[in-house]
Amino acid sequence: MAVSRRIVLHFPRRLVDRPIVYRLIRDYDLEFNILKASVTPDEEGLMVLELKGKQEDYDKGIKYLTKAGVRIQSLSRNVIRNEERCTHCGACITVCPTGAFELEPLTRRVKFYNEKCLACGLCIKACPPRAMELHF
Amino acid sequence: MTKTIEEINEKIKAGKAVVVTAEEVIDLVKQKGTKRAAQEVDVVTTGTFGPMCSSGAYFNIGHSKPRIKLGGGRVYLNDVQAYAAFAAIDIYIGANALPDDDPRNRVYPGEFNYGGGHVIEELVAGKDIGLVATAYGTDCYPRKRLETWINIKDLNEAVLFNIRNAYQNYNVAVNLSDRTIYTYMGMLKPNLGNANYSSAGQLSPLLNDPYYKTIGIGTKIFLGGGTGFIAWQGTQHNPNVPRSENGVPKRGAGALAVIGDLKQMSPRWLVGTSMLGYGCNIAVGIGVPIPILSEEILKYTSVTDNDILAPVVDYSRAYPQMESDILAEVSYAQLKSGKVVIQGKEVPTASLSSYPRAVEIATVLKEWILSGKFWLTQPVSPLPGIESGITFKPLNERPIEE
Repeated sequence: MAVSRRIVLHFPRRLVDRPIVYRLIRDYDLEFNILKASVTPDEEGLMVLELKGKQEDYDKGIKYLTKAGVRIQSLSRNVIRNEERCTHCGACITVCPTGAFELEPLTRRVKFYNEKCLACGLCIKACPPRAMELHF
Repeated sequence: MTKTIEEINEKIKAGKAVVVTAEEVIDLVKQKGTKRAAQEVDVVTTGTFGPMCSSGAYFNIGHSKPRIKLGGGRVYLNDVQAYAAFAAIDIYIGANALPDDDPRNRVYPGEFNYGGGHVIEELVAGKDIGLVATAYGTDCYPRKRLETWINIKDLNEAVLFNIRNAYQNYNVAVNLSDRTIYTYMGMLKPNLGNANYSSAGQLSPLLNDPYYKTIGIGTKIFLGGGTGFIAWQGTQHNPNVPRSENGVPKRGAGALAVIGDLKQMSPRWLVGTSMLGYGCNIAVGIGVPIPILSEEILKYTSVTDNDILAPVVDYSRAYPQMESDILAEVSYAQLKSGKVVIQGKEVPTASLSSYPRAVEIATVLKEWILSGKFWLTQPVSPLPGIESGITFKPLNERPIEE
């Protein structure tokens, strides 16, 4: 069974210069998408990843990360658009730091790319009809 | 070539009228030229959907037993204060009204999640609204307290009456300061981080009739999903602003006061809105039909986003301090491309009014006319034009010394 999960990885200082993600991908055949990364030498690193693959590979990969000393949190917050309330004005577009909203040039409707969303929540308060909702 | 409104109405009744939206007319004129297009087209429909601040509704709730005189007392609808200074049971609620216990901007920027605009939206949606009132009591209206649910279907009258809507053009808001600011034009990032605009541009009613040659007092319109009328010019109506060669104002200019039966309307076209750090409001849908009485009128309706310029204003200083500085003029075509260049910097743009909803309104209005459900009205009086000499004056502030 294939799974797709979003997780937050906290790297302790000693692991920051090691090719953890490279091994995760190579050895466990997982597809990955980096949603956010903040890795500086000599500081704790943080990475938000979307991992896709077979359930058993995913479980093995997580086991590997835990064993290596990476602390894992699931990215449980999810921003969802209430399609009934959205008026497609576009006020969210310039507010979003990751460019998760795009205007369709022809119809001028606003597309929301959930996979680009980091669940930072900026759009929620900036949306005039309050169409963006945070789900846990 | 000239036509009259009566002739157009005859064609509507006969099912023979040719109706296009203010977007469709652009291509038609490109293909056929203004002369032929003016012969063929009878009506051009416009539309706009965006937050429109000076909006509100009045109700007559019916007499309680014993009677209560709300006028001079206090009335709350879902905890939001309504205006009670009319006769016994007439009240008005403005879109910007807030509950007394809303923290406003004490926790900055305030969220303003619920206010008058939301009350109107919920009422129109058929939801029960809690009314709590206190009054002083008289011999003929003895009751001093009233707590009841009200529902739009039980009200004697429920009327949307907006004193300034459908602004003819509007500012593009930017922020030159070094901190984020929260305005009625949305969140503005520092150092020209973004530019927000709010107009349907080429679809907007008054931008398609720049000199108010057909749109006037008494014009029947699409309002909030029902039919309404133009009651008057909007407050701050200002025909005397700089205009382009095509007559289109380059600043906020004319405006409309509109009125209509709230019971016919729908929450799809009256949406309560919240502006972070600013307050509550309501997004209103308005569509105005323009009868093509002459080639000149048709020419005005074929205006495109390229031909409409809007002023770029700094909302960190020029706007709040009433300074008249304008940073640039940009076209709606540029704004809609997603970025504009201001002071040499490429600035991403966003809209506060919904263009897809404006298209939908113009299309719905077109269908109403084509199906004979909606006919055109002759204005009973024109809106004040340039010749009126009307301008928008600042306050002549004369401090009161104790």
